[in-house]
Amino acid sequence: MNNTYMINGDAAAFSPRLANDKVVFKGFNLWYGDNHVLKDIDATIKSNIVTAFMGPSGCGKSTLLRSIDRMNDIIPSCRTEGDVYIDGRNIYDADEDVYTLRKAVGMVFQKPNPFPMSIYDNIAYGPRLHKTASGDELDKIVEESLRGAALWDEVKDRLRMNAFGLSGGQQQRLCIARALSINPDIILMDEPCSALDPIATIKIEALMRELKERYTVVLVTHNLQQAARVSEMTAFMYLGEIIEFGATRDVFENPRNELTENYITGRFG
Amino acid sequence: MNEIQREKLVKGLLYAAVGLSIVILPIIVVWVTANGLGAINLEFLTGRPYRFEYGGIYPQIIGSVYLVSLCTLLGGPLGIASAIYLAEYAPDNVVTRTVRFFTETLAGMPSIVIGLFGLQFLVYFLKLKTSLLAGAVSLSFMMLPWTIRASEEAIKVVPQEYREASLAMGATKWQTILRVVLPAAVPGIVTGVLLGMGKAMGETAVVWLTAGSGLEAFVPRTLRSPTGSLPMYIYLLATQGHTAEGMQNAFGASLVLLVMFLAMSVSALLIRNHYLRRLG
Repeated sequence: MNNTYMINGDAAAFSPRLANDKVVFKGFNLWYGDNHVLKDIDATIKSNIVTAFMGPSGCGKSTLLRSIDRMNDIIPSCRTEGDVYIDGRNIYDADEDVYTLRKAVGMVFQKPNPFPMSIYDNIAYGPRLHKTASGDELDKIVEESLRGAALWDEVKDRLRMNAFGLSGGQQQRLCIARALSINPDIILMDEPCSALDPIATIKIEALMRELKERYTVVLVTHNLQQAARVSEMTAFMYLGEIIEFGATRDVFENPRNELTENYITGRFG
Repeated sequence: MNEIQREKLVKGLLYAAVGLSIVILPIIVVWVTANGLGAINLEFLTGRPYRFEYGGIYPQIIGSVYLVSLCTLLGGPLGIASAIYLAEYAPDNVVTRTVRFFTETLAGMPSIVIGLFGLQFLVYFLKLKTSLLAGAVSLSFMMLPWTIRASEEAIKVVPQEYREASLAMGATKWQTILRVVLPAAVPGIVTGVLLGMGKAMGETAVVWLTAGSGLEAFVPRTLRSPTGSLPMYIYLLATQGHTAEGMQNAFGASLVLLVMFLAMSVSALLIRNHYLRRLG
């Protein structure tokens, strides 16, 4: 088999057995009305690495991502069965507080979606909301979050400027900084580069590799090259099922399933 | 006539139509100004009306301001709250659709009907008397559907991505509405409320039946006092005045009403632009 994926260095040295479990799906199913979107998902996402979910449009990868912070709850017709555990706690338990859950899980969306406010107010939104900081302490969080998202140097002199004045790539890094501001454990990224140009994409990908030192990063992407470049583990999804899930190196170089092989060799997608 | 000539003819007719449409408004303004400017002086603006068509219109100006302010105080928050419910919480079912249908129908309801209802229900049944309060409440009935419709629209066009971003940060629905959705919807809501205020300020039939006779010589001292208003004053002088001075005073009052209306529209525009600039 001939493929040309550039597997990142960390992934080449990575062994799933040595990493801790962070998010565990057990027999998880999800429906939108009569539409069975996720089917018997069993998967373990390891901590402090980048895990990529790839697959063709409509395979359920974004829905799976949104199951981790229960953002699917917003959709009235959504119904679930089975469990998802974060650090051993079932987040689909009846007495789970979804607002506390979402504080611990940051999310970055497909299209950069800063609030129509200043750069500062965008980052300060979460800390103010949860009353975790004010005054000098808030200034510090804003700076740390922007540094964490590799944006500080570009915006430190114009924090009061409207966030819409930033470029698309800067806006997306602002959204990452906003997610960092409430100090989450896990960062979910739903095709974070699909609306960005190649240069901005490179910056975000470099950022993902930095973020995994402190956070567990879950990435949804339809870009196979991106999955190979940044992730340690990769899952391939098709029609609501996880077809193959393993170390990125193995999935790309020795896929065990014919569907996976067809997908990464570009026979469909 | 060939195609090219027909094209020119159609274009010419359309030009004429738009020309006619846009000159009507300036003509009215010029006409009112020309006829009313002679009446405007300090005494007219600060004095009281006497012997029907003589004197000033101070109580009428203040009466109109009181009526519109009180009506906005009552109808504004209620309308915005209803709009929030309809746009953010109401499930898409028969009840919601019925409520929305009634809101839209109420917006087009003839004002004289609302006035008559206000007279029977507020003035007589609830014993509010012909008063500032009865007038303002009746006017708020009229203002409400406009506020609801414009605010609901303004809330609905706030991009879903803002809500998702806020919810993903662990915000509740109400926190999201308060901190993200409403600030982004402010320009549209302000426009809606001011549109409603404009309608209330110019309304004659409703205040005629519920607020007062129109020629009151005193500014209302309590909510239960009858109050004069500019539209009523204009109506009475125009239909029952006997002298040239009466007619001139009617135009003078119209000019004042027009300036107040213009001031409101301009401030609406300024507020709107201020927020739009802030929103980027």
